[in-house]
Parts: sequence; C-alpha cells; structure tokens
Amino acid sequence: MSAPNTSFDPVEVTPLHADEVARARDEALAAIAAAGSLDELKAARLAHAGDRSPLALANREIGALPPAARAEAGKRVGGARREISEALKARQEVLEAERDERVLVEEAVDVTLPYDRRPRGARHPITTVAERMADIFVAMGFEVAEGPEVEAEWFNFDALNMPPDHPARSMQDTFFVADPSAPEPRESGLVLRTHTSPVQARALLGRELPVYVVAPGRTFRSDELDATHSPVFHQLEGMAVDRGLGLADLRGAIDAFVSEMFGSGLRTRFRPSYFPFTEPSAEVDMECFVCRGASVGRPDRPCRTCGSEGWIEIGGCGVINPRVLRACGVDTDTYSGWAFGIGVERTLMFAHGAQDMHDIVEGDVRFASAFGMEI
Amino acid sequence: MRVPLSWLREYVDLPAEVPARELAAKLVAAGLEVETVEESGAGLSGPLVVGEVLAFEVLEGFKKPIRYCRVDVGKANGSGEPQNIICGAANFEAGDRVVVALPGTVLPGGFAIGARKTYGKMSEGMICSVAELGMGEDHSGILVLPQGTPAQPGDDAVPLLGLDDHVLDIAVTPDRGYALSIRGVAREAATAYGLPFRDPAAIEAPDTAEGSWPAAVEGEGICHRYVLRGVTGFDPAAPTPVWMRRRLELAGMRSISLAVDITNYVMLELGQPLHAWDRTTLRGPLVVRLAREGERLETLDHVERRLDPDDILITDDSGPINIAGVMGGLTTEIGDTSTDILIEAAHFAETHIARTARRHRLNSEASRRFERGVDSALQLAAATRAVELLAELGGARIDPGVTHVRRERPAPAIELRLDHPGKVAGIDYPHGAVLEALRDIGATVRAGGRVLDLSEPYTVETGTDTVTVEPPTWRPDLTEPNDLAEEVIRLEGYESIPARAPQAPAGHGLTRAQRLRRRVGRALAADGYTEVLNFPFTAARAYDDLRLPDDDPRRRTLRLVNPFSDDTPLLRTTLLPGLLDALARNAGRGFPDAALYETGLVYLRGEGGFAPPPRLSVDRGPSPEELAELAASIPEQPRRVAVALSGQREPAGWWGPAQPAGWADAIEAARTVVREAGLELTAEAARHAPWHPGRCAALHLTAPDGERILIGHAGELHPRVVAAYGLPERTAAMEIDLDPVERLAQEPTAPGVSTFPAAYQDVALVVPAATPAQDVQDALRAGAGELLESLRLFDVYQGDQIGADRKSLAYALRFRAPDRTLTTDEITTARDAAVTAATERTGAVLRGA
Ligand SMILES: [Zn+2]
Repeated sequence: MSAPNTSFDPVEVTPLHADEVARARDEALAAIAAAGSLDELKAARLAHAGDRSPLALANREIGALPPAARAEAGKRVGGARREISEALKARQEVLEAERDERVLVEEAVDVTLPYDRRPRGARHPITTVAERMADIFVAMGFEVAEGPEVEAEWFNFDALNMPPDHPARSMQDTFFVADPSAPEPRESGLVLRTHTSPVQARALLGRELPVYVVAPGRTFRSDELDATHSPVFHQLEGMAVDRGLGLADLRGAIDAFVSEMFGSGLRTRFRPSYFPFTEPSAEVDMECFVCRGASVGRPDRPCRTCGSEGWIEIGGCGVINPRVLRACGVDTDTYSGWAFGIGVERTLMFAHGAQDMHDIVEGDVRFASAFGMEI
Repeated sequence: MRVPLSWLREYVDLPAEVPARELAAKLVAAGLEVETVEESGAGLSGPLVVGEVLAFEVLEGFKKPIRYCRVDVGKANGSGEPQNIICGAANFEAGDRVVVALPGTVLPGGFAIGARKTYGKMSEGMICSVAELGMGEDHSGILVLPQGTPAQPGDDAVPLLGLDDHVLDIAVTPDRGYALSIRGVAREAATAYGLPFRDPAAIEAPDTAEGSWPAAVEGEGICHRYVLRGVTGFDPAAPTPVWMRRRLELAGMRSISLAVDITNYVMLELGQPLHAWDRTTLRGPLVVRLAREGERLETLDHVERRLDPDDILITDDSGPINIAGVMGGLTTEIGDTSTDILIEAAHFAETHIARTARRHRLNSEASRRFERGVDSALQLAAATRAVELLAELGGARIDPGVTHVRRERPAPAIELRLDHPGKVAGIDYPHGAVLEALRDIGATVRAGGRVLDLSEPYTVETGTDTVTVEPPTWRPDLTEPNDLAEEVIRLEGYESIPARAPQAPAGHGLTRAQRLRRRVGRALAADGYTEVLNFPFTAARAYDDLRLPDDDPRRRTLRLVNPFSDDTPLLRTTLLPGLLDALARNAGRGFPDAALYETGLVYLRGEGGFAPPPRLSVDRGPSPEELAELAASIPEQPRRVAVALSGQREPAGWWGPAQPAGWADAIEAARTVVREAGLELTAEAARHAPWHPGRCAALHLTAPDGERILIGHAGELHPRVVAAYGLPERTAAMEIDLDPVERLAQEPTAPGVSTFPAAYQDVALVVPAATPAQDVQDALRAGAGELLESLRLFDVYQGDQIGADRKSLAYALRFRAPDRTLTTDEITTARDAAVTAATERTGAVLRGA
C-alpha cells in the first residue's frame, strides 16, 4: 500500500461488487423459494430484505461512492432488491393461498344436512285455480265481480228467469235460510246461492254497460258429500253484455280460456242444453288435453282424464235470456250478452288429478301443500 | 225418459243399419241429453224359441215337486220331436206357451244352456223365467206367454219378446217436456235424419156433442182441456200382452194390470198422463176445481192428505176423488174386478201441478209431465188411444160419447225477424233455413197474415223480413224470439258456430281489495300457514265449546231450513269452529304441528227484526228503492281471516331446540295480514272467548281520523276450549275482519333513504311486570322524535336483579338524520327524551341508573 489515494475505486468497496450483489440476491431468492410457511417466509424477509440484510447495507454504501460510480451501483443494487421483493410477494401469495385452503377446508360443513326449520305453508288449490281461471279473463279486460253467499231468492232465481214454480228451481237442491223471526224453521226468501249466476244480475244492476265480468265464488247445493260431489263448491261465472253479442262471441271467449288454461289448439264443442237464464243454452266440452282423442276406441290406451271419451265437459253457457236482461233493466233492443259457468272443483280434478272431493274439503295439510302458492 | 229403439222405429223409419250410438249422438246434437245407450239383449245368443208344453210328469221325492215336461218346439230342434225338459216351476199348465232355451243358448249374464242330467232325467234345455231372460226381476216362476200371443212353437223368441232392443236413457231438460214421450223423441229423430215422421197422435177421434160422463171446469186458468172417454165390459183378467209388458219394462215401469198398463203405455207413447176410474164408484158429475180449506182425500198410497186451496181437485158428489194430475183417491181406483172404466185426459195448469207435487211430495211420472207442459191439443187423441187399447186387448166396448171441456188459452204468436237467429248465433242463416227449422219443429208461420206453406222450399219475398210464428201445441216453452232462435241454431247445428275473439274494453284489472286478499293469502302461506276451506255449517255445540257467553253476538246465528246435516244447522258467525275442527283432524292424522288459515264469509243475524226480501218484478229493472229494500233484508256477511296453530312452530333440529307455536304467533299472524295493507296493528290485553284470559290480545287499527277500530282478537285459546276441541295444548288462534283492513289499506309511498351514518343506542327500562310493552314502546317512540329511525325490543328480563313484579325491557334504538351526520349531543338528547317520555308515561326506570 502507498500514500493515501484521492481517487476511490468502486470495485474496491466489497459489498457493492457485482459478484457480491449477485451472490446476496441469489441467496435471498433461494431462501424465499425454500420458505415452506408464512413464518419461514417472514424470517427470509427479515434476513434478505430487512434493514440489516446485505443488500440494505450495501445500499447505504452507495453514497460513499464518487458521483460517477453511484448510478451504476445504485442500479445494480436496486435491481437486485426489486427482484427479491417481487419474489417475496409472489411467494407470500402462494403461501397465503395454501393457508386459506387449509383453514377453509377445516371449516367445511355437511351441506346435505336438512334444514326443514320453518315448515312452509300453502294456499288452497281451489283458491289458486279459481284465481288462475279468473286471471285469464282479467287479462282480456274483464273485471272480477262479487256477491253475497246468503242471497235473496229474487237474485238467485226470479231475476234469472226461474219463477217460483219453475221446474228448474226445484231441481236446484237449494239450502233455504230460515226466517230468523220465526220460532220454527220456515223459508225466508233467503237461500245459500246455488250458483254464481246471481252475480250476473248484481253486476248488471251495479255497473254501466257494456259489462264484462267474471265472478269466482262459493256456491251451495244440498248434495251429499261423496267422491265427486260436495254441498259446498265453487264456480267461475263469466258474463258479457254489449251491443250485438251472440254465441260466436261466447265461443271465442271459451276458446281463449281453454287454450290459456289447458293448452293451445284444443278444440271445443257446444251441445244444446237448457238453463233458464240463457237462451240458447249449451254445454261446453273441450278436447281432452291429455290424449287429444287418441284414447277413443282404444282399450289398450285408456285415458283417465277423459275416461277415453276424448272430450271433457267443462261447463254450461249460453246467450243471456232477454228476460234476465229485462229484469235487470237492460234494453234488450240494443244489448245482448252471453254467460258461462265453470266448476272450479271439476277443473282442479281433471287438470291436476285431484281424485276425491273429500281431499278438497277436509283441510288436510298434505293436500294443499302439494300445490304451494300458485297453480 | 227411457226410449226403447223398437218403439221409436214405429214412428220413424230409421234405416236398420243405423247404430244406436249414432242415433244417440244425433239426438245429443239436437239438444236431447242421451245419458246412456243400453243394449238390453247383451250377451244373449239363441236358439231361444217358443215352446208349447204338451204334457208333464211330476217327479216326487225332492224338496219341491219337479216337472218333467214334453215341450213342442216345432222344427227348432231339428227333429221336430218334442223336447224333454226338467222344470222346477209350477205356474203353468199343459197347453201353455213358454220360452225354451235349447242347448247351445247363452242367456244374458253368460249363462250357457246345455243338455244335462238332473233329478234323474235328461233335460234338453230350460224353460225360462222373466229374470233368466234379463226382462225383469220376477223369479216367481217361468214366463207363460199370454193367450193370443202371435207365435207358434219353434218361433224365435228373441224378436217376439223384444230381447234384442236398445234403450236410450234421456235426461230431459225442463224446457223439453215433449221429449218425455216416444212421440217427441221420434219427431227429433226424424228431423235429425231428414225422414218422415208418423205421428202416433194422429188418431181419428169422434167429436160428438154426446158426453161420456158429465163434467165441468170451475175456475179460470186451472184446466184448459178436459176429456173423458169410457168403456164397458172390460175383462179385468185379461193379461197384458208380452210386447207391452216388455216395452213398459224397458221404459222403466212395472207391469201392474192391463188397464193400468194401458194408461202408462199411452202416457209414454204420447206424453199425456191419463187417469182411469172404476166408473161404478163415481157419484154424479165430475167437477174440476180448486180445493177448499179443510178438504181431505185419502190417496192411492193410503195417505190421508189435507188439501191446499192451491191444489186442483177432481170432485164428484161425494167430494174430492183426485188430486188432479198428481194422484188419485183410494175409493175410485180401478181394481181387479173393474169392468167399466172412465179415462181422463186433461191439460192442467203447469204451475199448480208443480206446487201441488212439491207440497205433497208426490213427484210422479204424471206430475213430471204436467209440470213441464203437455201438448195442449193431445187430450182427445190420448183418451181415444187408451179406450181403443182397452177394447183391443181387454175385450171392452167403447162408449161412443166423448166429454170434451175446452178452456183453451190463446195460442201465442211470436214476432220473429228472420235475421234474429243469425244474430243470436253470430252467423248468417239463409231465411230459407230459418223457415225450414220452424217447419221441422211443427210451427205455423205467417207472413203478412197469410200462413206460409213450408212443405216446399220457400223463397222469401222481398220486404218479408219479419214473420209471425205460432209454436206447435207441444212446445209451450217457446214464447220469445230467442226460444225460436235456439230451435233454428240447434237444428242447423251448434258445431257451425264460429269463434269470435272477445272485445272487452280495457278493464281495471283486480280492485285493490281483491289484490289485497291475494297478498294476504300469500303472506300467510309464506309464513307457514296452510289454507283450508271449511264448510260454513256449524252446530250449536260449537259455540258452547268456544265458551261464548249467552249474550255473545256470535251466538246470533242464521239457521238452514234443510241443513246438510241435522247436527250442523247453523251458519257460522266465526271461522274458528271450522278451523279448530280441521286442526284437530290434522292432529288426528299425525300432524299435531299444523298452522292453518282460512279466509271466508261469516253470516250475521242482525239484532233488529227481520223483513223478508221483497219479491220484485222481473218485467223491468228494479227501482233504487226496491233494490235498497232488497239489500236491507240480506244479512251482513263480513269477510274474515283466521288462523289456528298448534304444536311446534319450528321443530327441534341440529340448529337448536324447537319453537313451540303460541299466542305470539297468532298475534303476529294478524300483523302479517295488516302489514299487507300497509297498516300497523295495536294489540292490547283483553278477556274474550274463546281465548285464554291472560293471553288474549284485542287488535285495533287506527283510522286516519284517529278512531280506533277493533278488528278482532288473537292469542292462546282457553285450555277448556282446547280440551273441548281435542286439540294439542296451548293451541293459539287469531280471527280478524278483513273489511276494515281493505277499507283503510294504504298505498305504499317511497321513503326518503338517508345515506348518513346511523347512531345506535341501547336502553334497558325497568317497569312493573303488568305494564304492556306496547305502552313503553309507544312512549319511547313519541319521546325520541323524528331522528328515531327504528326501535326494537331485544330482551325481556324478569328476575332477582330487578325485584319481584318488575320486568326489564331492553330496546335497541337507531337514530339517523336525513341531511347530516348526527352529533353525540343530538343523539344523547334524543335518547334521553325517549327515556323521559317512557318514565313519565309508564314509570319506567333506566336500568342501572
Ligand atoms: Zn283423454
């Protein structure tokens, strides 16, 4: 060695020597790669990227270099430290993911456990079927009309062209409400309505013409309760009174209902019949929506829905008898109308396979539950 | 109406190959409801022949005497030799003609006949009874063919007895009385096939001034025609011929005696009910009149009947002898010795007969026809047909005299625009088609006062667009243009009616109340309740079981005159009995953890007197006053919703213990309902049957004007009610009126949603145990002011730490301002104000303070 040297050779500062920087970097990267846990990685971070790590110490030496040498040394050390930092970050992510995986797996549950904690309820299928039937007409512009269940005989019979001695009136199996002022039960002029048709008269008396209404509702006949009959049952009444209405308009409404409710393309059939409140009157059949007639005369392929008849009777209908319109104050020279009645229970039975009227009336939770909230 | 096809074919020449089912389908299309087509000889195959018993030997030593017969069966057995047949019956003599099933015959029901050894003899076939032939229920002996039966030994017995017939069973609608006869159905069949119709009523009848028996009609509008014809020298022992018996049986009537059978036969054939008297029992002239107060008659069925002044009677000098059109009296009945017979054929007023039949509960084949209206011009022909049969089959002599009282109603005439049927159908029918249909139903058509000859295709003269139609006498149901339109449309065919899509004006959809009802159902179902639809019939006991006080308004029930069951004659005034029964039924079927709901009407009997509804006119619309009077007589029928629940609301499971169903669920169900209407409910303690006196809430809504409206009750049921209905312990229930909920329902309005931070404060307040939480909550809410966003009771504590008879209610309060972050001061001030209000109103003390 000789006299003091005013020039400073950077290669003489060992930590900043290129080989030395590369060595420190390689050691760091090896330690990071070898870290098998987040704790080991933390130790590696401390040793190789902490304040006392070789490259941190080397970085401090840069200031001692002559200005000309600083840039190159700074670049060399900085590059190495960046590489280490990125490796740490990448390894950290890998190890964290591994840890999360391990921990969440430990938290696993049996997802097949039943959770029948809040038993669900249901609406009665008669309610929901009647709503669906009514909604088809509501969508066509009809309104839903209502009336009382204990009804005046005038509305239930007289206004509907069933005067007191009309044979149809005694055929109706009427429940008579007793006169509350009499000690012994005797008729009072009030009945449990035998059909939803009195709502026709009420709607005509309560609305401006034209009138397009449907009336779903509960009706009563003094029938026995058996598999297909009930003294309490439901009908959907439909009625339109407007200028120039006839059977063709009725058929159009019925066809629209049938295709909405049971499927498009089903044929309907009108058979002449008799109802006092319509003239002409018809019974309506629709093509069986299950077999579409394919079961007729084929004992090998019977159809339960239509009894292999190919047709299903869905209700009665007709052109409103002008006497009914007159009793409701409608000018029959200008207006005419049509009406129909469809059984809701029957519809539920053939559309959804309900077999026994008892199930419909007994309130067993199992029955309604099968149908849920809507049909 | 049961129609044997062979009978029908007498009046219309249906092609032999027309199957019964095809005819049935055509009649259905024409408006006759053919319910069934029966094949009466189903399963029968010959050789079934007429035989003549030549002789028989009685075999002794068996349980009953057995006859070993030699029977001439002509050439039917191939040999022509008599057939040897064993027979257990004894109701025949040598020389009688019988029906023999030769070996190889299969009788109805698959009973195969062979030659076999029996009672020690070889029997070559069987002599048949009525039952064995499938002709009826008579097992009393073999069928002996009546004298004069046009048959020889060896003749095929199948056509002779009409064993291979078809029967159409037609459900006759009230407007088609004429179809309660072979005549009426044959006319429809002829029209359906475009064939000529031979009218069985086209009978030459003498119209003589000489009466057969004096008679008069007293009173207007009770009898429009009254015809009497008589015979003498009738042989009461004459048998009913086999063909007539067979037809009566196929038509569903029993053979009784020749005279009675003839009256029934003519009724079935022509549709005119007849009555037959033993003429020797009549005293003096017959009078048709209404009954007088206090008159009585013992009828054929041995019932002494008190007659009503509305009943039409036939009387003679002895007093009433018949209830007209409904039933004859006992003393004038024809019997098995009657030789002189008087036949009555009448046209009585339909409505009288209907009322009388109902009043005396005497619905008969005759009253059914009179009620629906018989042909008003048929009586003379029908009576004549009957006496002719009595003469032909019973050897009687016909009296030449005819009693014929005529009080006819004017024939109705209907003005018909020829385009009206087309308008009713929604199709254009040619005028010719309309007139043809009118012709086919037998109407007389006039245009410009002239009767149109419709036998030829008719061309309508220009300008003739309206005709006058006189319906035939057998169609009293045709009174209006629409009735005629129906005739045209059904004969043209309903299948040709097109479908025109409905053109309803834009509607309003469901009303708010209707939508609310649906939401209420969905909300309850979503909350675990299952809907049931109970019968509204209740027993008086049901109200006792609810422990209702004697003066409870729910005991003011309406009653049915003719209840579904004598046990349940009352109409419900509350939904609870039905719901509780349904709950018990479910528990009994293994579902003790059930929650049910029902929405429906209850029927209230007002406190005041009852004014029966007026019977308004039907010729015009009712006036507002009339409608109001009618409305006033109709009982109030409010709509209710109710729930009942028992057992566990939530079952125990891996998530924790079970939650029992209870009073709180029932009250919450009411809140669930009113929440759907945007309303809030206030509950207060109440004592009200059928609830537990300490666990019952009266439920109120508050109207916009501040009025509190009681809408119902909820809570746990009284333990004795629970026991009476056989329900699980602690069953809870709720019942409220839906009408006020619908009336007060609020449309939801959008709230302002503040995004400023919320501040949370918990307060625990100690109050006397009896203080309702509702009061504390109301006070807190009032005191906290507008900054309070929500308030929730999160704990109720009772115990040593706060002393007996006290409880601690812990509330979480959340404050928020719409426009700023609240300061600590503001929050503290609001909280303190809430506590102060609670203290002032309920004596609440801040716990730990
Ligand atoms: Zn089918």
